[in-house]
Amino acid sequence: MSIQEPFSEGASLAHRLDPRGKIVVAALFSVLVAVAKTYEVALGGLVLALVFLALARLPLGKVVVRLLAVNSFIFFLWIVLPFTYPGTEVWRWGPLGATREGLIFTGLITLKSNAIIIALMALIATVPIVTLGQAIHDLKLPDKLCHLLLFTYRYIYVFEDEYRRLLQAMKIRGFIARTNLHTYRSYAYLAAMLLVRSLDRAERVFQAMLCRGFHGTFYSLKTFTWQRRDGIFLGASLLALLVLLCLEVLKPTLLRGPI
Amino acid sequence: MSEPLIEMFNITYAYPGAPRPVFQDFNFQLLPGNHLGLIGPNGCGKTTMLHLIMGLLRPQAGIIKIFGEEVKTEKDYVQVRQKVGLLFQNADDQLFCPTVIEDVAFGPLNQGKTTVEAIEIARATMARLGLNGFEDRVTYKLSGGEKKLVSLATVLAMEPQLLLLDEPTTGLDEATRHRLIHILQDLEIAYMIVSHERDFLNHTVKQCCHVHKDCCQPEAHQPEGNEG
Repeated sequence: MSIQEPFSEGASLAHRLDPRGKIVVAALFSVLVAVAKTYEVALGGLVLALVFLALARLPLGKVVVRLLAVNSFIFFLWIVLPFTYPGTEVWRWGPLGATREGLIFTGLITLKSNAIIIALMALIATVPIVTLGQAIHDLKLPDKLCHLLLFTYRYIYVFEDEYRRLLQAMKIRGFIARTNLHTYRSYAYLAAMLLVRSLDRAERVFQAMLCRGFHGTFYSLKTFTWQRRDGIFLGASLLALLVLLCLEVLKPTLLRGPI
Repeated sequence: MSEPLIEMFNITYAYPGAPRPVFQDFNFQLLPGNHLGLIGPNGCGKTTMLHLIMGLLRPQAGIIKIFGEEVKTEKDYVQVRQKVGLLFQNADDQLFCPTVIEDVAFGPLNQGKTTVEAIEIARATMARLGLNGFEDRVTYKLSGGEKKLVSLATVLAMEPQLLLLDEPTTGLDEATRHRLIHILQDLEIAYMIVSHERDFLNHTVKQCCHVHKDCCQPEAHQPEGNEG
């Protein structure tokens, strides 16, 4: 199995917290930090995210690897945004000029993205997907959302398995990926075959559900127990978020990004 | 003897786009307490027959009676599915819930049982199949044999009066196959098994039938069933 959830296993405080509280905090945190326009809030968010990370005690090496993956996308922003953003020019290289506002803006985006990713790793990645599905069900989010998540997760392994089998079948008949039409066509067949098979499987799964009396309703057996530490976590987090919100709304800033 | 569990009269069924029908004027009867093996070459309609009984496919012509009542509409079949269990060939098609206990409780919950009752039934069924301790296992992480046994538990948890098994031994190792044989031998309900494995059928059914286009013909030579 190549798809794994390395962060979901652990015994840290963040792992033991009620997933519902973590989902609520993560959602509010993400929205607040995403819409923040000031460095104070972005930095505050980053600090808060690092606190969450400390609570989760995740293996730092793996966290850094994931952050690098995210920041590889942000790297492209650094290539483009400072040079295209209107404002006062602070640095010139040939025909390209970087603006102060552009640099500030890109820095803000970088800070915000990292803060959100770290918080999600600490709060959401520490919940096994299965529990996550049950928790969003318990939070009274739309059933469809919850079932989509659980079914996707349940069958992604089956599809991965199917993909591997097909790929092996191609390889043992001497297939080597090259840059030619044959390769593209073969991959297209592979993708199409996976699609057709998943459609077939969806049909059979539905039939099997019908045979067991399915009539459109799912029942969840999972019950969560809300403990004192969950209340403390939720309260403290909400307080911290409230402070950030006040910062964002009330305080004018020296380093305000444009827009 | 009471009335037949299943009666199929003059059934005609062709898959959409297929040149020839699978069944033409097909007739079949299953009596209570019967343990029947369905055999025949690939594509002769064994699985199709099971799907017709469950209402997953609808015949183009003919009458199907289950427990003495004619079934026609989806509503009729909803009733049928409460009393007839079908074990799919591929366990991955059958197990879709995150954890084993939820999957086994899915059927009883659909039958209107309360959560507590459903969990109780699920646990009892699992205990019966020797699956204690599997409750919180994640379904996709089970081995092939475990998946098959859990699938069987999900069907048996609905306390069916008739069980249909579609090639239950595919991909099973020797030990699991033996477990399955013992489980079936202990069952008190009628069942039909589609299988290519002669040895397995010898241990589990009294009679084998060849599925043909128009009938199910009992084999001349009967396997020496252990149930007499």
